[in-house]
Amino acid sequence: MILGQLFLAFARIGLLAFGGGFAALPLIEREIVIRLQWFSHSEFLELVAISELTPGPIAINAATFVGYKLAGVGGALIATIGVCLPSAALILIVVRLLHRLEGSVLADRVVRSLRPAVVALLVTAAYSVAGKGIADVWGIIIAVVSFVILRTRKVNPVFVLIIAGATGILIYL
Amino acid sequence: MLPLIRQEVVNKRKWITTRDFIDGVVVSQSIPGAIALNMATFTGNRIAGNAGAIVAGVGTALPSFISIVIISVFFLRFREVSVVQGFFRGATPAILALLISATVDIGREALEGYTEIIIAIGLLALLLFLHMHPALAILIAAVLGLLVRRRR
Repeated sequence: MILGQLFLAFARIGLLAFGGGFAALPLIEREIVIRLQWFSHSEFLELVAISELTPGPIAINAATFVGYKLAGVGGALIATIGVCLPSAALILIVVRLLHRLEGSVLADRVVRSLRPAVVALLVTAAYSVAGKGIADVWGIIIAVVSFVILRTRKVNPVFVLIIAGATGILIYL
Repeated sequence: MLPLIRQEVVNKRKWITTRDFIDGVVVSQSIPGAIALNMATFTGNRIAGNAGAIVAGVGTALPSFISIVIISVFFLRFREVSVVQGFFRGATPAILALLISATVDIGREALEGYTEIIIAIGLLALLLFLHMHPALAILIAAVLGLLVRRRR
């Protein structure tokens, strides 16, 4: 039953997605592309682009998109609830503990400990996108120019994505 | 997103104190899931208990939910159109640039010393070459990090 599978897949992603944002991408790829084979690699790249172009957390956007594609609005709803539920439940538990013991010192230690793994996960995500998303010299040029713009100017990443997409239309049409 | 949340709930509405806000940020980052959503749940809970947490969580997730559903309707209909294909072929390399840029930013903060650098490189090797599960990388980092920090 697809709705049940959707819920479980995204609950698993929600439960394991430490580090926020892009760090969830390798997990999503693992579940949706490799394990369940709901999306091909190129569909995964579209998923990442759409999730990044739309305001809001990437993992939630990705859940909504995958759910909608597989099972319409109901699927979108179930997948979104699935990805949100574990962290919401954990927050309510931790908040209760925080009152009693000085939990924030431990939480700070955990955050610092997790960071090297988040860096490794981000590099994995970049490796995956580079392998499947850079098809020719134009791809390399767009990537390099985008990177330079992102590092030297204070621009909204969404703006860079839209310009790169428009460039893509000019090149590939 | 965090500066926006701070402006709204601490400065403007004075729902929680700055100290509560900082606690919330630390907790939100140490728990899995989107940080903005965790922060919303945390703040909602501080103001109005479990019901507040649920309402704030739904409030945070709803706008992106609606936007994505609307975008999906159009995208899935026009996916094969060559303009749309061209757009995504052009946008993907920019996503790579975004990812590398985010890695540089987080890396600068995360790799505080040699220990962290070694852990990151080791985990990366395991992820890329042995296709280790991402969750396992997180778990290993947590255990190693806590052990190292206990000794310091």
